[in-house]
Amino acid sequence: MSSIQTRLTCNPADYKSDIKPIWCPGCGDYHVLLSFTRAFAELGLAPEKTVVVSGIGCSSRIPAYTNCYGFHGVHGRSLALATGLKVTRPDLTVVVASGDGDGYSIGGNHFLHACRRNVDMTYVVMDNRVYGMTKGQPSPTTEPDFDTALSPGGTGLSPFHPLVIALAAGANFVARAFSGAPNETASILVEAIRHPGFSFVEVLSPCVTFRPDEREWKNLVHPAPVAATNDPGKAARRIMTDDGFNIGILYRGNRRPYQAKVESRTIDLAELEREFEL
Amino acid sequence: MTKAPPEHTVSSPADLLAVAYRIETDAVQRYTLLADQMETHNNPELVKVFRDLARAEGIHADEIRKQAGDIELVARSQRLSRWQKGESPEEVDLGSAHYLMTPWHALELALAGEKRALGFFTSIAETAKDPKIKEMASEFVEEEAEHVNLVYRLMRKYSKPADTWAQDPDPPISQD
Repeated sequence: MSSIQTRLTCNPADYKSDIKPIWCPGCGDYHVLLSFTRAFAELGLAPEKTVVVSGIGCSSRIPAYTNCYGFHGVHGRSLALATGLKVTRPDLTVVVASGDGDGYSIGGNHFLHACRRNVDMTYVVMDNRVYGMTKGQPSPTTEPDFDTALSPGGTGLSPFHPLVIALAAGANFVARAFSGAPNETASILVEAIRHPGFSFVEVLSPCVTFRPDEREWKNLVHPAPVAATNDPGKAARRIMTDDGFNIGILYRGNRRPYQAKVESRTIDLAELEREFEL
Repeated sequence: MTKAPPEHTVSSPADLLAVAYRIETDAVQRYTLLADQMETHNNPELVKVFRDLARAEGIHADEIRKQAGDIELVARSQRLSRWQKGESPEEVDLGSAHYLMTPWHALELALAGEKRALGFFTSIAETAKDPKIKEMASEFVEEEAEHVNLVYRLMRKYSKPADTWAQDPDPPISQD
C-alpha cells in the first residue's frame, strides 16, 4: 500500500501511550493492544500519520492506549467516522477497532456498507461473543444456548456470521485471529493494513469475566488448513463449513479501493466560521 | 497454538544478541502490562512482583545492549525475530491473569517463561554450527538457568494458594 507513511522507529513500545488500560486481568484485549503496537512497529508507521478510530465498548478503549491519533466515537459509528476521515485524508493510515456488539449490532449497517465501499482501511473486531462492558448480555455472535439470568434458556438465535457477511458485502481482505497469539495476530494485522481496500480482521478475544469458558479458546484455535484464496465463493464455503476457530488470512481480494473522485477543498477557517454563523 | 517454537534465523553472534534483546524487551512489555493491570485492580502486592520482574528483564536487556556495542539491535531484531509462527519464548501469557491471583501465581507464570527461554537458548547452543554462536548461546543458557533457580527461590517465600483462591464471594457477574 503506497500511501502508508512510515519512519524508522520500529519499537512497539513507541506506539503505547502512558494511559493504563482498565480491562479485566486476563482480558484478550490486552493481547490485541500488544498486537497493534507490534504491527505498527513492524510497518514503521508514523504515529502522527496513523489514526485508531473506535466506537463504544471494552475493545473501543484501545485508541487511548496507543500513541497514535485516536477518535473514541459514537456507539456503532466508528466505521462512518473512519470512512469520512480516510476519504478526506487518504494520506493517513486508518485502523478501526470495535467489538461484536458495537460492530455487528449497533453498527451492523455501517459494517455492511463499509465492506461494500471498500475504502482503504483496516477494521479489527474483538469478538468475545458478549456485551462485556454492560455486564454480560448476549451479543449478535453469542451462541443460541448461552443460558444466563439475562437470557434464560439462551436466545435461541443463530449467531451472526461476520466473516461470510463481510465477504458477501465486498470486503477485500478477510482474516480471523486469536488474541492469545499476539505476534501471529500482529503479522495478520500487518498484512491487513498493507492490503489495499477494506480489510476485515475478526480477533477472537476472550471475555474472562462474563464468559470464563472462553479461556478454553486457546486450546481450540488452530491454523487455517489452506492458504488464503482470492475467490470469494471458495472462501465463503470454507468459512461457512469451518469450526469457527480457523486462524489465518482467509481471503485476499483484488477489488480496487474506493477513492473520492473530487479533490477535497481546503476551506479557510474564517470561511467555515461564516458558514456556521447564527 | 501460542506455544509453538518461534522461527528465527540466527546466523551470527550479532543476530543472537538481537534475538535475545527482543526476548527481554518483549518480556518487559508484558510484565509492565500485568503490573499496570494489577495497579488498576488494586492488588499492590502483585504490582510489586510484576514491576520487579519487569525491572529484572530490563536490566538483562540493558546488559545485552551494552554487549552489542554498535549493533543496531532493534532494527536487526525486527528483521530476525518476527515470531510469525509463535510467541517470544519468555513472554508470559496475559490470558492467564486473574484479578484474584497471588504472587505465587505470578511467579508460576514467570517460571514458565524462564523455562521456555532456557529451552530456546539450549536448542540454539546444541544445534549451532558456528562456535561463537554456540559459546554465546551457552552463556545465555547459564543465565536463564540462574533465572529459573531465582524464581524457584522466590516461590519458596510464598505458600501455594488453596484451590479455592479464585472463589469470589461477591463476583463481578451480575446475572447469576
